[in-house]
Amino acid sequence: MSVIKAQNLTLVYGKGTSFQKTALSNVNFEIEQGEFVGLIGHTGSGKSTLVQLLNGLLKPTEGTVYLNGKNIWEEPKKIREVRFKAGMVFQYPEYQLFEETVYKDIAYGPKNMGLSEDETDKRVRSAAEFVGLKRELLYKSPFDLSGGEKRRAAIAGVIAMDPDVLILDEPTAGLDPLGRDVLLSQIQNYHKTRKNTIIFVSHSMEDIARISDRILVMNHGEKLLFDTTQNVFAKAEELEKVGLRIPQITKIMRMLKKRGINVNTNILTIEQAFNEIINYLGT
Amino acid sequence: MVRDVTLGQFMPGHSLIHKLDARSKILLLIAYIVFIFLSENYFSLALITVASLAVILLTKINFKFYLKSLKVILFVIVFTGILNIFYGSGTVLYEWGFITITEGGINNAIFVIIRIAVLVMISSVLTFTTSPSDLTDAIEKLLKPLSVFHIKVHEIAMMMTIALRFIPVFLEETDKIMNAQKARGADFESGNVFQRIKALIPVLIPLFVSSFRCANDLATAMECRCYNGGNNRTRMKVMKFSLADLFGLMFSLLVFAGVILLNLYLPAVVR
Ligand SMILES: Nc1ncnc2c1ncn2[C@@H]1O[C@H](COP(=O)(O)OP(=O)(O)OP(=O)(O)O)[C@@H](O)[C@H]1O
Ligand SMILES: [Mg+2]
Repeated sequence: MSVIKAQNLTLVYGKGTSFQKTALSNVNFEIEQGEFVGLIGHTGSGKSTLVQLLNGLLKPTEGTVYLNGKNIWEEPKKIREVRFKAGMVFQYPEYQLFEETVYKDIAYGPKNMGLSEDETDKRVRSAAEFVGLKRELLYKSPFDLSGGEKRRAAIAGVIAMDPDVLILDEPTAGLDPLGRDVLLSQIQNYHKTRKNTIIFVSHSMEDIARISDRILVMNHGEKLLFDTTQNVFAKAEELEKVGLRIPQITKIMRMLKKRGINVNTNILTIEQAFNEIINYLGT
Repeated sequence: MVRDVTLGQFMPGHSLIHKLDARSKILLLIAYIVFIFLSENYFSLALITVASLAVILLTKINFKFYLKSLKVILFVIVFTGILNIFYGSGTVLYEWGFITITEGGINNAIFVIIRIAVLVMISSVLTFTTSPSDLTDAIEKLLKPLSVFHIKVHEIAMMMTIALRFIPVFLEETDKIMNAQKARGADFESGNVFQRIKALIPVLIPLFVSSFRCANDLATAMECRCYNGGNNRTRMKVMKFSLADLFGLMFSLLVFAGVILLNLYLPAVVR
């Protein structure tokens, strides 16, 4: 059974006003337990809207979202439980920090779930570890952290709820290159350890190529593609038409191939490319 | 959602009312409000109400939005209405203990309810059909004579522009932060008053932080563009009175004359 199933999802903002805007129209897909799904699309294609529908922050104008086989809006009173199961990290989450200490802020979610002190403490510490927040930072004010540390603290606040599905909306936007790489590895590591489902929104094709099992491509509020990473990035022309592109390294391999150098173009990361080229030179 | 609040929100359009000069709209609004309170019998009240409804229709904005702005102050309207039933003189209609309901009281209540409702709706016409920047420009122009008394009209207008400009930003920010906290299980919809206020702390603190950041950025940006007050500044959009304004003025004058005549020749039912 799929963890998340979206059926005929349509969302219209400001229905009946002069600002009416159809952000999503008739989107269908299923995501399996344990998958790492990348979500890409041009600015305004409806990515943030889509992920907010998945954890019940927005109610679909039409269509249904199933979480573990259950319609999430079946009992509107229990929507909070849906939000604990599908944890969501917003774009620029550092602006939601509010507590006196980082520790208390990370504990906000678990506390709302009604967990015991002990359990909360355990969750806070393991979440902080996953995102690489040093222990001494836990007792600082969140407003005294650097931008990158704030970002980590905010992500830890959601990880601490131990959701079945973790949704990350552009978690690496605005971080320095090293910070990006480290955070990405930590998310990957978290995924491997917990074996839960992750939906990862990003504008960086390189990041998406590196970590996704499958990719969902959005275009003007509609699902364009939903396929394995290899298959999606094999369609370079189609992606370029909707304002996206393939990873730089894949492009290089394709150019080499065009020059008559017989390499595999199914390459997504620098390491793969390196091995492929070494292989080619060796033979 | 926070964004559903309509009171004081501009809705772009091309109706006749949208085309009126903001200054005439402000002055006419004030006149309408005065005449709403000057009408002393049902006929004059009906006339000014019908005229206001006609103006509302002319804006071509869905009537739903006017009702929505009424909803915000529904409690005030109902409350003052009920209160007014018990004050008043004239024929006693009903008596029970110390409660007496008189004909005058009922009339008072009806008048108060209609007056406030019409007042709110006609005021919404101004805010619905005038962009905030036009509105503050007009206020600045209208208050200009006060600068004789060394009142810094431009500064006041600038502050109003900025405040108005940032209301949507602020609402959007509130919405975003509320969503982020909801995602962590915040519950704004249940519990008693104290629990609800407490639940808002995780929203208010980030909101304060971000509004200070916003103010700071704006001040820097203005300084970078060498903003230094209102002296000798010219405008991109120059305001002009047009035929539409003349038409609006004539229509309103007719209505006001009607109200005065009805008041003079028919008996007053309130005060
Ligand atoms: N609260 C809202 N009210 C009205 N319209 C909205 C709202 N939020 C988003 N939209 C509109 O819906 C469309 C989809 O927006 P969305 O935020 O989902 O895009 P996105 O794919 O996340 O873009 P980005 O990559 O810039 O984050 C956009 O055209 C946007 O203007
Ligand atoms: Mg987005």
